[in-house]
Amino acid sequence: MTAPLEAAEPAAVQAAAGPGDERPTHRGTLQYALSKAGGALFSIAMVIIGTFFVFRLLPGDPVRNLAQGRNMTPTQLALERHRLGLDKPMLDQFVDFVGKTLRFDLGTSYEYKRPVLDLIGERLGPTLLLAGVGLVIAVSLGLWQGTRAGWRHNSRFDRVSTGVSLVLWSVPTFWLGLLLLMVFGVGIGPIPGIFPTRGIESVDAPDGFAYVLDVASHMVLPCLTLVAVVYAQYLLVMRSSLLEEVSQDYVTVARAKGLRDDEVRRRHAVPNALLPTVTLVFMRIGFVVGGAVTVETIYSWPGLGQLFYEAIRVPDFTLMQGTFMLITVAVILMNTLADVVYRMLDPRVRSA
Amino acid sequence: MSAVATGSVAWSRRRLAFDRFWRDFRQHRGGMVGLLALVVAVVLALVAPLFIDDSVTSVVSGTSDDFAPPSLAAPFGTDESGRSVLLMVWWGSRTSLLIGFLAALLSIVIGMVVGIAAGHFRGWLGATLMRITDWFLVLPSLITAMVLAAILGGSTFTIIVAIGVTTWATTARLIRAQTLAVEARPYIERSKALGGGHWHITTRHVLPNVAPLLLASTTLEVASAIVTESTLAFLGVSANKTSWGTMLRASYDFGAATAGAWWYIIIPGLCILAVVMAFTLCGRALEAVLNPRLRKAG
Repeated sequence: MTAPLEAAEPAAVQAAAGPGDERPTHRGTLQYALSKAGGALFSIAMVIIGTFFVFRLLPGDPVRNLAQGRNMTPTQLALERHRLGLDKPMLDQFVDFVGKTLRFDLGTSYEYKRPVLDLIGERLGPTLLLAGVGLVIAVSLGLWQGTRAGWRHNSRFDRVSTGVSLVLWSVPTFWLGLLLLMVFGVGIGPIPGIFPTRGIESVDAPDGFAYVLDVASHMVLPCLTLVAVVYAQYLLVMRSSLLEEVSQDYVTVARAKGLRDDEVRRRHAVPNALLPTVTLVFMRIGFVVGGAVTVETIYSWPGLGQLFYEAIRVPDFTLMQGTFMLITVAVILMNTLADVVYRMLDPRVRSA
Repeated sequence: MSAVATGSVAWSRRRLAFDRFWRDFRQHRGGMVGLLALVVAVVLALVAPLFIDDSVTSVVSGTSDDFAPPSLAAPFGTDESGRSVLLMVWWGSRTSLLIGFLAALLSIVIGMVVGIAAGHFRGWLGATLMRITDWFLVLPSLITAMVLAAILGGSTFTIIVAIGVTTWATTARLIRAQTLAVEARPYIERSKALGGGHWHITTRHVLPNVAPLLLASTTLEVASAIVTESTLAFLGVSANKTSWGTMLRASYDFGAATAGAWWYIIIPGLCILAVVMAFTLCGRALEAVLNPRLRKAG
């Protein structure tokens, strides 16, 4: 399953030590990275500004929204408004907001009565664990199946795997989650429920290695759901980019040299086809994040996605605003990274 | 040459092009299956008011037992209030399809206007539009739509806006690329030399050339809008109208999985899957027929 990933290394090494004049290329890459970083900063600034204005668009009185219909006297309302700085002019509020955000002060959650940043810190670990493991499995599975399907174009494996992935691609994430929950969590007919469906650990969680197993068993269903909806895009892109490589001259040359079919694929076609696919892993990270929110909600996984969902359900606008900005900024940074890495890996783009 | 004559020539040419397109489209079996399924789904949704009305979703109208398995009276079983899942799904298809179509339309219109403008106007305007498009492209769309829907309050209209505003960027990119390709052709230069303005060139020359692509991407967009709508509904930010998404939300809230009421989870989900697959099949067939890059030379 890891064959395509191993094959990526020679390509990266070749690209890094590729021929051509070194210095101008490197300066070009640096310049490119800097301009991309500038673009990312601009995007992040737009996110912060956009967030400020969108959250001020809230219909009605923000204080009453925060109070969620609890009875408050006019004095209490005024005090609260002053405490939140809502009695200041818009411009002052804006400057305040930007200043605080840049110092990572995301405010205090109304629901939890704790700083938003602390809440996010607590929930980050489980999300990284779930999304990380899910992504690794989805990427390996997608690349492996995509390679096989593309190399044997129109074979039975190609048709079956492409068909299955198209169906999974169309399935709404949450519905697949519900189905898996029903079949493997609760059990249906003669099948007993074999996996836990709520949270990250049992109430009486054991210590040591048994604890790891406990968490792992809690992770099976969320991970399975995430992988099922995410891997299809990697499969399809890997398949189509391999299809483009198969008809190239260098593949014919490699075959003419007398290389075995397996070697032509592993050493020549796959490394080239891998480039656009690897970029896609980072590019589509926003999609994975959306999937993670849904999956965490269904299985009550105590991660960032569930925190965001709870903030929306309450609604706790400070918490919502904080988690939204954090997730969005993370996605922007990943995208920028993808752009720069792609440029460094692909000699064709680099020299252009 | 009179204006009328030019018009009729253009129209007969378009009819020929349409005939050719239809002949190509019919070659794609998947596309035809998808189209047929779509026609059935849309007709069913349109004729629903002739047979049932909003009362099928009323909690007091449930006459059977709660979570009753499929029977003759309720072929797809009942939900937590004894309402027929079949009738709910039928009535709910109206909301799901309406939001899907309108959200896709909004997304496509924004994408088309921005895409053509970004491709047509070089210089600062095009560059700015591309910047904005790229920004919307990286935003995680589901998260942003959730925030917008939560803030604007969950009416049908705000859900449409939330989905439309977060998904247009892909279309804008596609249309811009196509616009650039069209405007590089000599007849655009001829048109400019004859005094054609921005409006004339974009609406008379660019738009007809990007229209086929728009059709394909609208079809795909409706599919993803329906999924997004159901996801938003499931995550609790949506209109309180019966749709496939709100039904699945209720099945989760009332523990249909634990109660063994598999029909309540499977039926609405299968509806979503069927409609989305149909749109996807249609869209892919359209793309294969219309996209000049995928079409065989000749």
